[in-house]
Amino acid sequence: MSADPRRVLDAVWRMEGARIVAGVAKATGDVVLAEDVAQEAVVEALSSWREHGVPANPGAWLTAVAKRRAVDAWRRRSALDDRHRAMAHDLSEATEDAWEPIDDDVLRLVFTACHPALSRESQVALTLRVVGGLTTSEIARMLLVPVPTVQARITRAKKTLHAAKVPFETPDPPEWPARLQTVLSVVYLVFTEGYAATSGDRWVRTDLAEEALRLGRIIVALLPREPDAWALLALMELQASRFGARTDAVGEPVLLADQDRSRWDRAQIERGRAALARADAVGHGRGSYALQAAIAEQHATARDFADTDWDEIVVLYEALGRISPSPVVELNHAVALSMAVGPGTALAMVDRLAAQGALRGSHLIPSVRGELLAKLGRADEARAELSAAAALTGNEREAGVLRAKAAALGG
Amino acid sequence: MPKYMLIMRNSDSVENYEDMDFEAIINAMGAYNESMMKAGVLLGGDGLTDAAQGSVVEFTAEAPIVTDGPYGEVHELFNGFWTIQVGSQEEAVEWAKKAPLGPGNKIEVRRMTDESDFADYSDNEYIQKEKGWREELGTE
Repeated sequence: MSADPRRVLDAVWRMEGARIVAGVAKATGDVVLAEDVAQEAVVEALSSWREHGVPANPGAWLTAVAKRRAVDAWRRRSALDDRHRAMAHDLSEATEDAWEPIDDDVLRLVFTACHPALSRESQVALTLRVVGGLTTSEIARMLLVPVPTVQARITRAKKTLHAAKVPFETPDPPEWPARLQTVLSVVYLVFTEGYAATSGDRWVRTDLAEEALRLGRIIVALLPREPDAWALLALMELQASRFGARTDAVGEPVLLADQDRSRWDRAQIERGRAALARADAVGHGRGSYALQAAIAEQHATARDFADTDWDEIVVLYEALGRISPSPVVELNHAVALSMAVGPGTALAMVDRLAAQGALRGSHLIPSVRGELLAKLGRADEARAELSAAAALTGNEREAGVLRAKAAALGG
Repeated sequence: MPKYMLIMRNSDSVENYEDMDFEAIINAMGAYNESMMKAGVLLGGDGLTDAAQGSVVEFTAEAPIVTDGPYGEVHELFNGFWTIQVGSQEEAVEWAKKAPLGPGNKIEVRRMTDESDFADYSDNEYIQKEKGWREELGTE
């Protein structure tokens, strides 16, 4: 195969981009400069490789060029004080030999990209860009926003890091747990953005979720003693294992109860279960991600919908509701309760939620209430609820399903 | 994101591990595997034991013919594999190039099939199947 330099460059950037930026950031103490010069190295690589062919060690080549560019940048700004002079000397020693980036540098990069001074949008864009090694156009395609929007987010992120004088380091022990949670929530946001997408090309959205999985795998490899990192990976693996069955041949969504379980990815389920077992082994009790993963595991290991261990799922939701209470968790808890105990008990729980004014304006409560009322044989009330839910949902497909259910109740 | 299998093959003439520093091989392979883990691309993989303990089942005649290893006709042995999930064939090839292997070895880089490979064939059977499920569960 005569390799197309452009495609090789894209591949190498995905593989090594994070390490290149991290290595230069470590040498210069400046992530923003590191990202800039790494991009310059990419541009230079394209013309050089087209002319001279792809070098034997493309990652080392890019690093060496990026470091040279960093020194040039200091020179241009006449910023070569003694400290920079010493660095410039070290950097000029950079060769194209094999180089071993230090994992800690990549970890610093992850924490920098998810720094709390940045907006959530900026954290996501910067993480995909510098840790995931994605191009701006790839990110734009996956997030369904125009390229200039992604560029603006990354530029703003760099300016913010600069203004906040964010150091290139991992957080101190007292800050560690909160900062790690931020990193994990950014990764999970990327995943759910792809997983729960109601718009866009299905394959593209799966790509985004898979990028999040890759980030999750990187994080557990760097932080193998962090139970929450393993638990998040487990949750994503288990949820992604159902991708193949979530839509039918014509792209219509298929509910969990109706999914063809033979299309679930067994190898991925096993990876998810192994990750959850790791989380349990290194942790002291399950947190929110681990409980959600355990619920997903119950579904993944049930032979069919009827065979699901609903009692166990109810217990898991109960624990999840105490650790991270939310109306959506509560509602799912009610659905599990209706399967385990019966619709009457579940309805009382949903009515309590509705009385609190939770999820007002959303179709979620009326659609669940409608289902439960139908099971209890209260057809008129059920029809009214399902129709109300259909009017509230913004998703036309879902509205159609709800209207069909209402119509099926006669009347 | 596509999945690829990196298939390690070598000609049967180079299978003389006893002449090598086995610990050095373990270390080099370990470092390679770790680098793929830290890049978040490694899904799994395994090595294979001595071909002398293996068998080949061949389908040329009326009935399958079984040959015990080492196999007369086979000059290249499949010795192990990795499964990785990366963005492109090029990226899979770049990972393969990093494997710590010497002369006589080859890595075959093959994309694994996924749902999209069967898109043209999934419709009828699955629509029927799902219809059945829906009726069964009363979710029609």
